[in-house]
Amino acid sequence: MCAKQIKKPGEVPTTGHEWDGIQEFDNPMPRWWLWTFYLTIIWSIGYCIFYPAWPLVSGATQGLWGQTAAGDPRLAVAEEIKRFDDANAPIKAKLVAADLNAIATDPELDTYARSAGAAVFKTWCAQCHGAGAAGNKGYPNLLDDDWLWGGDMAAIHTTVTHGIRNTADPDARYSEMPKFGADALLEKPQIEEVVEHVLAISGQEHDAAKAAAGATVFADNCSSCHGEAGHGDREQGAPNLTDAVWLYGGDRAAITDSVFNARFGVMPNWNSRLTEDEIRAVSVYVHGLGGGE
Amino acid sequence: MSSPETEPSLYAAREPIFPRRVKGTFRTLKWWLMAVMLGLYYLAPWIRWDRGPELPDQAILLDLANRRFFFFMIEIWPHEFYFVAGLLIMAGLGLFLFTSAAGRVWCGYGCPQTVWTDLMILVERWIEGDRNARLRLHRQKWDAEKIRKRALKWSAWFLIGLATGGAWVFYFTDAPTLARDLVAGTAHPVAYTTIAILTLTTFAFGGFFREQVCIYACPWPRIQAAMMDEDTLTIGYRDWRGEPRGKHRKAEGAEKLGDCIDCMACVNVCPMGIDIRDGQQMACITCGLCIDACNDVMDKIGKPPNLIGYLALTDETRERAGEGPKSVWKHVFRPRTVLYTVLWAGVGIGLVVALFLRSDIDMNVTPVRNPLFVTLSDGTIRNAYDIRLRNKLGEAHDYALTVTSDQPVSLRLEGVTGNVLRVPANDTLSTRLYLEAAPGSSAATEERSTVRLWVSEIPDQAHGKDTRVHHDTVFNGKARP
Repeated sequence: MCAKQIKKPGEVPTTGHEWDGIQEFDNPMPRWWLWTFYLTIIWSIGYCIFYPAWPLVSGATQGLWGQTAAGDPRLAVAEEIKRFDDANAPIKAKLVAADLNAIATDPELDTYARSAGAAVFKTWCAQCHGAGAAGNKGYPNLLDDDWLWGGDMAAIHTTVTHGIRNTADPDARYSEMPKFGADALLEKPQIEEVVEHVLAISGQEHDAAKAAAGATVFADNCSSCHGEAGHGDREQGAPNLTDAVWLYGGDRAAITDSVFNARFGVMPNWNSRLTEDEIRAVSVYVHGLGGGE
Repeated sequence: MSSPETEPSLYAAREPIFPRRVKGTFRTLKWWLMAVMLGLYYLAPWIRWDRGPELPDQAILLDLANRRFFFFMIEIWPHEFYFVAGLLIMAGLGLFLFTSAAGRVWCGYGCPQTVWTDLMILVERWIEGDRNARLRLHRQKWDAEKIRKRALKWSAWFLIGLATGGAWVFYFTDAPTLARDLVAGTAHPVAYTTIAILTLTTFAFGGFFREQVCIYACPWPRIQAAMMDEDTLTIGYRDWRGEPRGKHRKAEGAEKLGDCIDCMACVNVCPMGIDIRDGQQMACITCGLCIDACNDVMDKIGKPPNLIGYLALTDETRERAGEGPKSVWKHVFRPRTVLYTVLWAGVGIGLVVALFLRSDIDMNVTPVRNPLFVTLSDGTIRNAYDIRLRNKLGEAHDYALTVTSDQPVSLRLEGVTGNVLRVPANDTLSTRLYLEAAPGSSAATEERSTVRLWVSEIPDQAHGKDTRVHHDTVFNGKARP
């Protein structure tokens, strides 16, 4: 391959450096290399003129493009976001103006609301309700057909807007279950009896004698919110105790815990952080997860 | 540079090539091939094919905007891209097969670079004359004649380039509409850009770069050596017959000389500017023109033909030893070519079978795994599935979705009452499907049961074929391991 003959000292000037008889030739740079080097110098001058470059005591030189999208990626991203926001402005306005129940009948609006709602949900809601909206203990599953405060579009919209039991929004949904055990409102045997009654009405294994006694305790203490038959009351966010869905668990221990200490689930009011079109979009998304009424 | 005389220049200027006109078998074959291939290329986009009112009526159409590929009665969707992959594999194997059997036939006869260069040389000859006239013109000063001829030639080349790039874009959208738009100046900028780039490349590659593309730019000449062996037919010079070469003059004792009279005909006609008598070389594209040129000369001087001809290297050795060559078929049929043919045909048969098995409807099912199931208030266990229905027909159709399973489960569609969906013509519909198992039923309590989802055409529709396809998936119940 390399047919080039090796030159002897004397044919090429050396740098004059010598170590153990090894001399260093002073060959010229390859032309392409030199030209590339000069080009980088020219480039650097242009760069200093146009882009932020030289460090100063506090900050740096800005260059001609330093305050524009061409020189600052953050400005470029902001411009991109603004461009998309502008493009979506008409359909957002349409979403805000639309009747909540009519959104589903407009395919374009419905598609937008579902996609935008999915993004809002993943950003703000998934932390508690889960990425798949299946919820967790204390955080309702949004996929099922059991709704504490109502599952139609208007109810979901209200819940998202004002939240539940928060102190920030006076319009937040509010109710509070008494701590029957902790505040000594019921005796321990009474709690045991009412727990057996709840197990009975939800179709689980129970002690029939205690349950019969518990029915009286239930009628006296619980039925004002949960209803005489235990079907719950959406006006007060009181859960249906006869169905198969349990927010905090439906076994004897969990129900006892709920009666003794009560529960107080809180959800933020999103009107302070989301715009109306975002709230509507996420409401459409949640309504379309399979349990919407 | 300290010592320029010892430093060879790293840059060699191109030696201009002026191929002479030639007549003969291979030249005629090449004219026909050129006419057929260019004809196909230019005319194919204009063939019409009726597919109904909602689909394009162009026989060959790469509809990138709508992600469809139409080829006469076949319509390929993006998820069927394996057809294209299969065709590419077949093209590759075909290239291997032809190269191992008959050398660089692709380079010599089929490659666009060869065909367009041939066309450019033809135009060049019409305008500037044959080899000697062109040589003279090359050396001539830039006078009025040279400027006129060069301008004319370059204009003709440019028009060929324009036609090449112009024909290309017609494969991607409706040809008559695009032709009107191109003339009116209202076509998409991408069309103009594509035409401009292809015009430029055709003009430069066919007119100026020519053999340099094959020698320096193309990887195939370097790869093809791996496909060839001593049984491969290729173009060669029978030097045992031709040497020693020399002018046949009686005074010099012509009887001692071989058949080659060193007339340089083979070199003068070569579009690659090589001498085939130097032996096998990478620059030879095996176009066969030197065979025609030499046979013409052999005929004139009364010698047998094929001093230059298609031969296998094993035959060269046999002929040298005085034996006859093996038959062409013995060279062509050997394990290597048979293997390539079997592989090629295998892929081909697979594609044809796949083509006949594909249905006009298609369903993809993705079970939703977050969460695996949802418990409803009455204890019903519900699974969700994201389904995607494709209607490959030219009309909107109603499809019924049903489920079969060993365990009783019921089916529901998101946002729809009943189990019927309307999919627009030639379109895809994505929706969510729910399967529900009653509380306490086996599907609800078992960890997992298999279910089969069916999509079937509602009968009594236009073009209805009563087709149905299924997709097997799983239903997750409450029991966890």
